[in-house]
Amino acid sequence: MVLNSLGRQIPEIFAGKKQIPYSDPWSLQPNAERSTRAIRRINHNGSKLLGSLREAIIATGLKDGMTISTHHSLRNGDHLLNDLVKEIDALGLRDIKIASSSIHIVHAELIPYIRKGTITGLECGVNGLIGELISKGELDCPIIVRSHGGRARALITGEVPVDVAFLAAPCCDEYGNFNGYYGPSACGSLGYAMVDAQHAHKVVAVTDNLVPYPAIPVGIPQTVVDFVVQVPTLGDPKKIVSSTTRVTTDPIGLQIAKYAANVIECSGLMKNGFSFQTGTGGISLSVAEHVRNMMRKDKIKGSFGCGGITGYFVEMLEEGLFEALFDVQCFDLKAVESIGRNRGHQEITAGTYANPFNCGAVVNRLDCVIISATEIDVDFNVNVNTESNGYLLHNTGGHCDVAAGAKLSIVVAPSIRGRLPIVRDAVTTITTPGETVGVIVTERGIAVNDKFPDLKAELIKRRVPVKDIRELRDEIYAITGVPKPLQFEDKIVGLVEYRDGSIIDVIRQVAA
Amino acid sequence: MAENPAYQLRRTLLYVPGNMPSMLQNIPLFQCDGVIIDLEDAVPLSEKDAARILVRRFLENYTERNKEILVRINPLDTKWALDDLKAVLPALPDGIRLPKADTPEIVERLDTLLTEYEEELGLELGRFRILPSIESAQGVINATEISRVTPRLIGLAFGAEDYTASMEIERTKSGEELFNARMNVLWAAKSAGIQAIDTIFSDVNDMDALRRETELIKRLGYTGKCMVNPRQIDVIHDVFAPKQAEVDYALQVIDAIKRAREMGTGVISLKGKMIDAPVVKRAARVLRTAYAHGLVDVIIHEEDIHGAE
Repeated sequence: MVLNSLGRQIPEIFAGKKQIPYSDPWSLQPNAERSTRAIRRINHNGSKLLGSLREAIIATGLKDGMTISTHHSLRNGDHLLNDLVKEIDALGLRDIKIASSSIHIVHAELIPYIRKGTITGLECGVNGLIGELISKGELDCPIIVRSHGGRARALITGEVPVDVAFLAAPCCDEYGNFNGYYGPSACGSLGYAMVDAQHAHKVVAVTDNLVPYPAIPVGIPQTVVDFVVQVPTLGDPKKIVSSTTRVTTDPIGLQIAKYAANVIECSGLMKNGFSFQTGTGGISLSVAEHVRNMMRKDKIKGSFGCGGITGYFVEMLEEGLFEALFDVQCFDLKAVESIGRNRGHQEITAGTYANPFNCGAVVNRLDCVIISATEIDVDFNVNVNTESNGYLLHNTGGHCDVAAGAKLSIVVAPSIRGRLPIVRDAVTTITTPGETVGVIVTERGIAVNDKFPDLKAELIKRRVPVKDIRELRDEIYAITGVPKPLQFEDKIVGLVEYRDGSIIDVIRQVAA
Repeated sequence: MAENPAYQLRRTLLYVPGNMPSMLQNIPLFQCDGVIIDLEDAVPLSEKDAARILVRRFLENYTERNKEILVRINPLDTKWALDDLKAVLPALPDGIRLPKADTPEIVERLDTLLTEYEEELGLELGRFRILPSIESAQGVINATEISRVTPRLIGLAFGAEDYTASMEIERTKSGEELFNARMNVLWAAKSAGIQAIDTIFSDVNDMDALRRETELIKRLGYTGKCMVNPRQIDVIHDVFAPKQAEVDYALQVIDAIKRAREMGTGVISLKGKMIDAPVVKRAARVLRTAYAHGLVDVIIHEEDIHGAE
């Protein structure tokens, strides 16, 4: 075991691979080439269509020990990964690793196949029950949690070689061109799938909406697609929409959003050329509404909105408040509808969005980003992966990517959840290093990282309740008490990778 | 809190039900100028006892007060009112919101009771303030007399819901039916040198109508408004926020009067206009409001308004 720079014990070897301990957000620089794959030559001009998922698995030559991937743009409506693993199991394949862009609650159906040894490793973060069971030691499956940018990086550098990518293709032709804009499973941007399409050794487009050649506009081209499979359904379109896409009406949530808006106002970033990202939660959307009103009021012409795109951002684009949207995934149907028709609504790959190892990702151009937290510590480190019970319940998303990229990252969170303090001495798991976090906003006050003295002074001047983060913690502890530390076993069940591939923290088995 | 209660900002007074612990514990967090913890209409008959105890405990533990705290007791002619006072006064609220203050006698009675409690608790006489609710035709007619009953009064609060009920009319969003009553309460308050606080606006989803009503009552001369939901705070504060030009002018006025005093006079001309006590008072109010909005850094002291003795 070695200590990383944040004081976390990191194993030198995990799941058979040597690991690099995290040292800082900026300096790790690999000396390597991009991953490659075998050149193809397809002379025929006919169909690439195969009869079933099973035929496709056989055709790609998937073998024991190999790695597969899917994309998560259908989110909790995705049935492809579940169907795929059932077929893989039925073919008797074992020891398969999954390197999808994310795993959702719906994929709890994979649990029996993990127990059985069909699936023996997760090269990606998870949401929901699988993570909980792994944390409890009830499911034996090494897991490496990656951010959106980090996952793109791992595929592009070849650290995670994907043998076969099975990509849900909402609108696809028989020669393999596809996009996400149209069809019963339309999900809009295919930003995550684009990385797999370029870097997986074999690519299968799986569609429930086969259209006559050519499927246009071409999102992912025929030149990278080996096979096409038509299935009756890719999943449940109603569950493609992300969980929360409405502004909160909870007064505490609204107060947090208002303070966050005060921070943006005081930051000096709100001027022509402003760029912004926010998530889908009720508080984040309320901040977006404040931002929209500020931009309207001061007649500010923004540069771009970014990230997972919601109808809110689409409205701001259409109103002329932003020049463009950079869209790596669409969070609601309004965004899906917009990306198919508006040239200012630009689909980008997860690599373009957030990979640290290229000539500059879009996150580097962000002024301001709103992110969330399950826990925050007095060094501004943020946890979004585990909850205060120690269970791995959430994937990282773009959290550490945008925090590192944006000029100002603002974490919004209630100070107390249930009976638990959210600002505390130490977080259970470090997802995002405090060095990249600008401001913590809770309903009880705002803590500003010492790196932003001007912002702090301006907030104080405007009578916004700025507090030292330790003062904030004490105030919360006075209400909740200090929680007893969680008890963990020595066994490490997973790693949390920073976006550059170094290991920022580990997930330990929670003591029974 | 400002030194002179007449300048205490009361733009937003939020009603918080006295029987709801989850809402009481958020009182320190809201950015309203004051709260009115309700033991009256919000509390069902079966919970009157429980609410009283809860409010007392909450106030005892709320040691770092960051806003004005009023408690709305039950009307003095009910069997709960005395118990309400007995329970909450030892926990030191800033004052009592008195419902159904229809006559000067009712307010006098509360005044006497408060004096007795102050003596019993060893407090400064006049510590507990009163904000009477003018919420019936009778109250509106008696407003002028009510406003002069006791120096404990911080203002008169107009209550439109009960008022319209007493008039047997419907309350509308445009509020023409309230106009005369609103003006009468306002005249009474202003003539007694106390604040006039407007009624609640009950549709928490109609922010545009709330804004229109707040703009109206601000133009008339009301200095604040009661609220039923914290979501209404921002709109009301926004309406009461001084415009930059007002702030700039007020700063010039204070500066001019200071120069005047240095020259030994209480009157001076600023850009051809005479600056004297009423102008200075208005400027001071603008700057105190501006300070609360974070628009200026200067704190206006009594000395700046009236000059040193």
